[in-house]
Amino acid sequence: MKKIFTLIVTLATFCLSHANETDLGDITKGSPFAQKPVPVALSGFTGEGAEVLKFDLTVQGFSFVAPDQAQYLISGSDAGAVSGTLTDKFAKRQLLSRSYNGASLRRQAHAFADDIVQAVQNLKGIGQTKISFKAQPNSAGAGEIYVADFDGHGAQRITTDGAIVAKPAWVPGRLALYYTSYARGNPDIFYHSLSSGQRRVVAGYSGLNTSAAVSPDGAKVAMVLSKTGSPNIWVCNADGTGLKQITHGDEDSSPTWSPDGSWICFATKHNERRRLAKIPAGGGTVQYLNTAGAPNPTEPDWSPDGKWIAFTSQMGDFNICVMPAAGGGTPTVLVSGQNPSWAPNSRTLVFNRSLGYRQILSVLDVFTKQYKDCARATGSNSQPAWAK
Amino acid sequence: MKMNRIVFPLALALAATLATTGCKHTPVKVTPIPGATNPNVGDRQANDTMPPSPPFNPDTDPSKHNIDTTALNEFEGMIKDPAALAANTIHFAFDSAAIKKSEKDNLVAVASALKSSLNDKLLIEGNCDERGTDEYNRALGERRALAAREALAKLGVSPDRIRTLSNGKDKPADSGHDESAWGKNRNDTFILLHPKAGV
Repeated sequence: MKKIFTLIVTLATFCLSHANETDLGDITKGSPFAQKPVPVALSGFTGEGAEVLKFDLTVQGFSFVAPDQAQYLISGSDAGAVSGTLTDKFAKRQLLSRSYNGASLRRQAHAFADDIVQAVQNLKGIGQTKISFKAQPNSAGAGEIYVADFDGHGAQRITTDGAIVAKPAWVPGRLALYYTSYARGNPDIFYHSLSSGQRRVVAGYSGLNTSAAVSPDGAKVAMVLSKTGSPNIWVCNADGTGLKQITHGDEDSSPTWSPDGSWICFATKHNERRRLAKIPAGGGTVQYLNTAGAPNPTEPDWSPDGKWIAFTSQMGDFNICVMPAAGGGTPTVLVSGQNPSWAPNSRTLVFNRSLGYRQILSVLDVFTKQYKDCARATGSNSQPAWAK
Repeated sequence: MKMNRIVFPLALALAATLATTGCKHTPVKVTPIPGATNPNVGDRQANDTMPPSPPFNPDTDPSKHNIDTTALNEFEGMIKDPAALAANTIHFAFDSAAIKKSEKDNLVAVASALKSSLNDKLLIEGNCDERGTDEYNRALGERRALAAREALAKLGVSPDRIRTLSNGKDKPADSGHDESAWGKNRNDTFILLHPKAGV
């Protein structure tokens, strides 16, 4: 009975959120992570525009097929500037007809991809968003913090520390980052305004200062400090004042905020097993999450819509997993990789995966498990953070 | 201004006509890209450009006066002597910060070095192999360094003389990718700190 009810709810949810799709083939499996991509056909685009459209739409749940198998036809040109149309073949209706100017050809193609996502899925596209990440010449050692388009293009170095750096985190809605740098000979947390180029230490206590995570309203920062003798989660104001210890376990790491700012999820150990847990952001009782089937969970990242927690499970190799944040479901293993970070659309993740002994950034659509590798900045790229 | 008021409804009407008639190859609605040189962050547009950051200068860092760096200051300017205790590096089991009994002799040697020259201090760097996630390992390396600090305190060394630093998996002793390399990379290294000459 319960199963039937779940199926009905799943069906209803799916139909509501995919009103535009006619192919409901995979929903009987009951998993939100086995959706069929929206079939589209591309014509007229030859160069960079085609590349951008394919990248952007693949990682937002579209697949590129022959015109006779497509539901939507995308045609146009990227000669000089991007212009294009979007036609719904089944409804026999043109949904979009636009040309773009200004910025770069890439940016125009990203804007067209955003318009297609808006027209088909009624969601805001991610084509013009940014990521930050850590780049190292080799898989270990000194590195620098970078900022790039979400597909890795246009990478710009932000630091010149020549030291170990780690875990950039965006201030929501602002061109500003928190990150860890060993520039002073100790892992310290810096606040860095990308508009002024100014930065300052917000946590430089003795021992470990790392894993900054900014609250959704930008007013608070959660982090890992070891100043009282073990790595624990602490919260302070954006400027470093008002520091408060939140957790008291022996092995706490990687805080992430719920989008309403009321919870902090983190990795910890309980009864000799590594677990994910959540705690009220002001401190309180720890609640352990059910991560059955995904051993050794670390690096949780809460989706902006509040529904999902992505994390890394270690089962010999590293795997990206997603679980419902409200509980009531077990984790789904998606692809091999580490350090997941949600896009503003709550369906796409950026993460890093091994290529030989280096790390590369990849972008994954969690609902269709389609992913694309980002353009690579120098060396090994890891710990990506998606601007939201 | 007046232009826009006339042109915009016209463009809308034209677009609507085209949408209903289904004309395919003549895009008419020109969409300028907002902020041609300005990157967007998330949902919002930012009127910010991103210059490379200036080199960090600790003397002009405004925050330095606001935060508790007492513990760090005490060690600043001391001279690092990585050779003195290089032979006493201790090693750990996989994913463990527990100090093995077999490492006792190394810790006793470190403790006696500190006891024999009371002006020296100690930096313990905790390190991990590559088989853990980045920030988990950064915490694990810190726990390894803190475990040695605790053990040295039990051997009579004041913990105030000891600073800990975790490199996570970012500073492997051996760049290999097998058990032999991993075993070497799960360690605490002890770096003796001498007072600056003339201090």
